[in-house]
Amino acid sequence: MPEIKVDDSKCKGCYICIEACPKKCIEISKEFSKSGYYPVKYTGTDCIGCQQCARICPDLAIEVYK
Amino acid sequence: MQLLNKRPESLVDMKMHYCPGCSHGIIHRLVAEVMDELDIRNRTIGIAPVGCSVFADKYFNCDMIQGPHGRGPAIATGLKRTTPGAIVFSYQGDGDLASIGMAEIVHTAIRSENITVIYVNNAIYGMTGGQMAPTTLIGQKATTCPHGRDAKLTGDPIKMSEMLATIEGAKYIERTSVHTAPNVIKTKNAIKKAFENQINNGGFSMVEILSTCPTNWKLDPVKSLKYVNDNMTKVFPLGVYKDSKGGE
Amino acid sequence: MAEKKLMKGNEALAEGTVRAGCRFFAGYPITPQNEVPEYLSWRLPEVGGSFVQAESEVSAINMIYGAAATGVRCMTSSSSPGISLKQEGISYCAGADLPFFYANVCRGGPGLGNIAGAQGDYFQSTRCGGHGDYKVFVMAPDSVNEMANFPRKCYEVAYKYRIPTMVLADGIIGQMMEPVEFKDPEIDVEKLPKLDWTLGVAGSRGKRIVNSYDLAEDMLEKMVLARVEKYKEIEENEVMYEEKQLDDANIIIVAYGTAARVSLAAIKMARDKGIKVGLFRPITLWPYPKKRLSELGDKVKHFLTVEMSTGQMIEDVQLSLNGKAKTYLHSKPGGSIMAAEDVLETIESISKKGAKEYATTK
Repeated sequence: MPEIKVDDSKCKGCYICIEACPKKCIEISKEFSKSGYYPVKYTGTDCIGCQQCARICPDLAIEVYK
Repeated sequence: MQLLNKRPESLVDMKMHYCPGCSHGIIHRLVAEVMDELDIRNRTIGIAPVGCSVFADKYFNCDMIQGPHGRGPAIATGLKRTTPGAIVFSYQGDGDLASIGMAEIVHTAIRSENITVIYVNNAIYGMTGGQMAPTTLIGQKATTCPHGRDAKLTGDPIKMSEMLATIEGAKYIERTSVHTAPNVIKTKNAIKKAFENQINNGGFSMVEILSTCPTNWKLDPVKSLKYVNDNMTKVFPLGVYKDSKGGE
Repeated sequence: MAEKKLMKGNEALAEGTVRAGCRFFAGYPITPQNEVPEYLSWRLPEVGGSFVQAESEVSAINMIYGAAATGVRCMTSSSSPGISLKQEGISYCAGADLPFFYANVCRGGPGLGNIAGAQGDYFQSTRCGGHGDYKVFVMAPDSVNEMANFPRKCYEVAYKYRIPTMVLADGIIGQMMEPVEFKDPEIDVEKLPKLDWTLGVAGSRGKRIVNSYDLAEDMLEKMVLARVEKYKEIEENEVMYEEKQLDDANIIIVAYGTAARVSLAAIKMARDKGIKVGLFRPITLWPYPKKRLSELGDKVKHFLTVEMSTGQMIEDVQLSLNGKAKTYLHSKPGGSIMAAEDVLETIESISKKGAKEYATTK
């Protein structure tokens, strides 16, 4: 199953990946990151590995695996 | 598990300073991916401007030079004329390219210097704190037009792609946007074409990329993407403005 | 012996620059330096170089900024207002430690002024004309022959210390014709040493950055102070001047460029009248020959500065002498040249009031 990994140290919490994700499988983490943001995280289901999130992420914070 | 989106080698592995949701990071990555794919990193010289992307000299993993506001195309001319074997790109914002650097961009296109220009248009001065840019939309608020840009006082936004397309020496001009993932892909293709044109000695190329500035637009990043779609693309229509085959 | 040629000052400068290895020029037309770009427009392509008539002086200096970063010997030239426009770019080159060479064929100012020769850009040249703390190596030729041969020295200094260098000429030296002899053999650019800081086709080496900024705390200060050390070395090693008839002089004229030539004529007339005058001609305006002037101030008590400005170099004379001797000014600003007879008059008045008494009481 495809999945995404978010690098908390790079994510600045702009959330445009959430907007871009066609399966709505990215959500806002409840954990505050060391950089001072609430980063995004994978909900854990439904990722199809389309990479739209990674394409729109300005901070290269998302890795997509298949 | 296989990683589908490897970080491009042409981008140094460091955290960028841009504000959350700023498009510069996307555009940096696209330029770097293109450098990787065309295998030109080891012979590319990039020019970082004055403005938010001043630190691009640190981010791109190729030879970089940072120069005075607006003068990227002139610096590119000096670099390319003395090192024809190098691939030269100038990375510029709208204040840089369309205001203070207007003469340089126009005459570099007229001479058809064999270089690539990445023109990031976010309709505002970012680094200095949100002043009106030459591309600020009518009605759009900025710190030097707090009631919104008024054409009677400040004229209309400058459409650089349309203007440069009238110049014989401008060989490839396209305006794209990065407000959705499909548009990001289109932008990458345009950037790739602009670099390929240079590799083929095709002459002057420019890609204008509509971009966001959530901080100074005073919109959240997601609303900023919508602003590009609903407002900016109306004034700055996307598309290829010039594609004349030059080169050998 | 090298062949002697009759050449115009500006053309001699252009040819001398090419022989010193210049392969890139960018500039914008302005009188009285137009022969420089005109000459280089055909001469540079002959040696495989590149010439660009830029859209403005501002663009020209930024083309130089790019070219200098690749290590290729490059040049721009202009006259006073155009050099003013180039100052931001010169400051960037200084801040990025880029070597290059430029010439100011100075005209009358301020503003549009006129197109005659003048020396009103002394402060601009020697006090860092642009923003920030930096220095430019400045040479002042007084003949067409020096116009021909100074570019080579300028490139040597530029690359040795990685700083901008310039020739400060004036419209008269630029426009007149004199015999020229190129002293040194032409430089083979292929044989110039490889540099370890230039941008270009990187190949397997890592990336290089050319810039002039550092926002981290104290870092810019460190960069600026490192440059100060370099400047001290230049002040130690690269000062040039010429002395004429100083052995018995009790008045010394300090003058450079065209003013030095006029002063020589005045000195001859004064000596015919029995007044012992000599000439001290600074060839480098920065670094200024402070030490030597100070030594001379131990022996001679009257220093007359002759310059085609309202009095700019006289400040360096006074700083060098530091109160050791009396200083006088013969000034002729606004793009006109002083007559030797008028300088003689000034010499005579100093002699009557001071030098003679000094000579007798000694």
